[in-house]
Amino acid sequence: MAEERLKKPDEILNDVDLAPEDQDWFMTKPDFRKGTYLYSAPLKHQNYLGLPNQREWNPADTDWKLPEDWKEIILNGMADLIKKHRSFRLFLDICVRCGACADKCHFFLGSGDPKNMPVLRAELLRSVYRRYFTISGRLFGRFAGARDLDEDVLKEWFYYFYQCTECRRCSVYCPYGIDTCEITMMGRDLLNRVGCNVQWVIEPASNCFRTGNHLGVPPHAFKETLDFALDEIKNLTGISVEAPINRKGAEILFVAPSADYFANPHWFTLLGYLMLFHEIGLDYTWSAYASEGGNFGLFHSAELAKRLNAKIYAEAKRLGVRWILGGECGHMWRTIHQYMDTFNGPADFLEEPVSPVTGTKFEHAKSTKMVHICEFTADLIYNNALKLDKSRNDKWSITFHDSCNPARSMGLFEEPRYIIKNTCNNFYEMPEHTIREKTFCCGSGAGLGADENLEMRLRGGFPRANAVKYVHEKHGVNMLACICAIDKAAFPPLLDYWVPGVGVCGVHELLGNALIMEGEIERTTNLRGEALTDEDVDDVR
Amino acid sequence: MLFPLISILMLLLICLTGVIWLRFTFFFGVVFPYAASFIFIAGCIYRVVIWARSPVPFCIPTVCGQQKSLPWIKSDKVQSPSTSWGLIRRMASEIVFFRSLFINDKTELKKGQILSNDASRLLWLGGLIFHWSIFIILIRHLKLFVEPVPNYVLFLQNIDGMFQFGSTNFYLTHVFILISLLFLLLRRMIFSRMRLISLFTDYFALYLILAVVVSGILMKYVYKVDVMSIKRVIMGMLAFKPFIIADINPVFYVHVFFVCVLLVYFPFSKLMHMGGIFLSPTRNMKNDSRATRHVNPWDYPVKVHSYEEWEDEFRSALKEAGLPVEKKKSRRNKGENG
Repeated sequence: MAEERLKKPDEILNDVDLAPEDQDWFMTKPDFRKGTYLYSAPLKHQNYLGLPNQREWNPADTDWKLPEDWKEIILNGMADLIKKHRSFRLFLDICVRCGACADKCHFFLGSGDPKNMPVLRAELLRSVYRRYFTISGRLFGRFAGARDLDEDVLKEWFYYFYQCTECRRCSVYCPYGIDTCEITMMGRDLLNRVGCNVQWVIEPASNCFRTGNHLGVPPHAFKETLDFALDEIKNLTGISVEAPINRKGAEILFVAPSADYFANPHWFTLLGYLMLFHEIGLDYTWSAYASEGGNFGLFHSAELAKRLNAKIYAEAKRLGVRWILGGECGHMWRTIHQYMDTFNGPADFLEEPVSPVTGTKFEHAKSTKMVHICEFTADLIYNNALKLDKSRNDKWSITFHDSCNPARSMGLFEEPRYIIKNTCNNFYEMPEHTIREKTFCCGSGAGLGADENLEMRLRGGFPRANAVKYVHEKHGVNMLACICAIDKAAFPPLLDYWVPGVGVCGVHELLGNALIMEGEIERTTNLRGEALTDEDVDDVR
Repeated sequence: MLFPLISILMLLLICLTGVIWLRFTFFFGVVFPYAASFIFIAGCIYRVVIWARSPVPFCIPTVCGQQKSLPWIKSDKVQSPSTSWGLIRRMASEIVFFRSLFINDKTELKKGQILSNDASRLLWLGGLIFHWSIFIILIRHLKLFVEPVPNYVLFLQNIDGMFQFGSTNFYLTHVFILISLLFLLLRRMIFSRMRLISLFTDYFALYLILAVVVSGILMKYVYKVDVMSIKRVIMGMLAFKPFIIADINPVFYVHVFFVCVLLVYFPFSKLMHMGGIFLSPTRNMKNDSRATRHVNPWDYPVKVHSYEEWEDEFRSALKEAGLPVEKKKSRRNKGENG
């Protein structure tokens, strides 16, 4: 297949029609065109995680080297998942195809591909479910919306279930709360059963299983990178900060997504955490074993999610901490908020979280015993425990992107905004239908943040970028704050493509900039080493 | 679009042939209604029991409002319910007012690559009028099933029928349900996106309900079927002493026939969404998963990579970096793959 040139922003949407022509979607087949699909999982990592039907294969090939009884495996798998998840059975049964979800999906809005409408994405599974699991489907076939399972259908599943970021926006608008995320999760679980997995999910998950984090950073490198961050803080503030690792007897275990200590612009959020913890004298520890809050297992199957998640509680128990604090990450917080206690609880060896600084009891986390850093910091600010200089963020006009998972799984809306408003002078909201529970995904979540599918990511991120463009043009917004590691990785190329001139930062980077630390030298730069004020920025505004 | 219509017309033909030509009035007036009612009740119970008995392994509400966290942050008690009362309100807003459709909007791609967004309440309005009309019409029909007729039924009937056209009073719900049904049908036919996602069953259900409505309306306004004799027939059936009246207009049989087809069709179709909404885990669960542990009934142990195995693999690296270790020496033969 010839390498295709990535289209320019002003032409990429030319072929997008949000009122696609009526067609018999039962018959159309996905086009595995470069830029739209993900590579398969490398054999080494399939092997390390012990996944089914291990082999080298390529989604663009005709022969996927499926096991001989693949159809039976899938149908048994469906029966198994239907029995285990009411969500799955119910969502397969009750959709009325009212169409309310159709234009809510960022992938549909950016691609115009009808099968990216949430309703059709689910119909890909539903049609097979009807054929093999319902009376009407068995009797009336096509008339009951049923179709046979064949290899083309399986390929279609692979194509479209890895073109969904499990962001749950459609579920907000569905009159029955049908959640495509559930459908996609089950679809991916089924695909795994016949060995159809993608590299961008399996490799991080396998790394995480082995070393403790997605990036595969071994403990000594983990320590080195934190040491490097401490040096940077010393240079910026003149203060020597500590970052204890695997320290037994600490009060709090801190868990962040691994990208925070290895990627850009996540790095500056890490500096923010470290400065904050030093300033309030937090008795805490990092862990090199549980050095990942994120959980790519969640993008694969409930089982793999549970396997990876187990480390956090196990480590909290081993280190003897009282409770756990978690960094800025999206799907990590979906896992912690909605799954962790069920997966690996009860955490009866921990205590109900209490802020050691303000004495605030985090009663809403009394069972899981894990608090989001934005909740923790908002409480500090509210109780005047921090000295902040907002003007240090003055070169930036900021907007806040609600990351899908903290938004629609937790309802974490006000905490990060409170921090931003207390650390920055210039804050502007994006349009109402693109924030909070209606937030648009970055287009790269749920294991889609690879390079090979860049075109699809740019399309999927278009609705979000469009809203950023709006505030960029209207208010001169030049910085997008967010609380998700995948966002921080996905947005820089996305915004460069659609809205050049808007940067990306974490909320705790803003805090780190504004935080007045005791004994600090005069700050002339922000955490990025850039001058605190920028005359050019004023001109744009 | 056409096939579902043809199938409805064929059903009509079957009914008329059976009643007028073959005179199978006992079958169409007694046997089929009994059978259909049984299938409906048993089918609905079966479906709902299956759903209700399916486990909900994880707490997965779709949260649409501020969580309850710090006391000074105002939480959204309805769209992010943390109490049972909040949850009841959330469910009620969905079931009674179709809240999720109310917030619906329409996104369009405009020239210059701008996504425009407008509120889009038409589907909400059409759906709400349609469902409420059905509900009121069903309540009105109670007058045929209950003796004496309850006051609330008479009251509702009076309000519904307060307008007069010429000498006959007509029911508002008849107008509403016809308009909303046509709206729901036309939007599937007109908009290419709706046409694309619509299946045979989507049209069939609408045509079937339309057939019920039209035959009912004809019965009332055109053929003016004697309501009291119909009530006697129904009361006879309810007492399991069925009888049929010879001289009743065939349109009555048509109406009853389509109602029965609907009853039979209902439990096996998407129309079960009525029961499903109550059980939807993304709507009927509280957002309190960090405060109250949710238990997965089929939870099972999984293969994990324990700290000991991890330390065995990285012990020398840990020591080199000056990080604490549990054991000083590696256990050689312990597997490294977890």
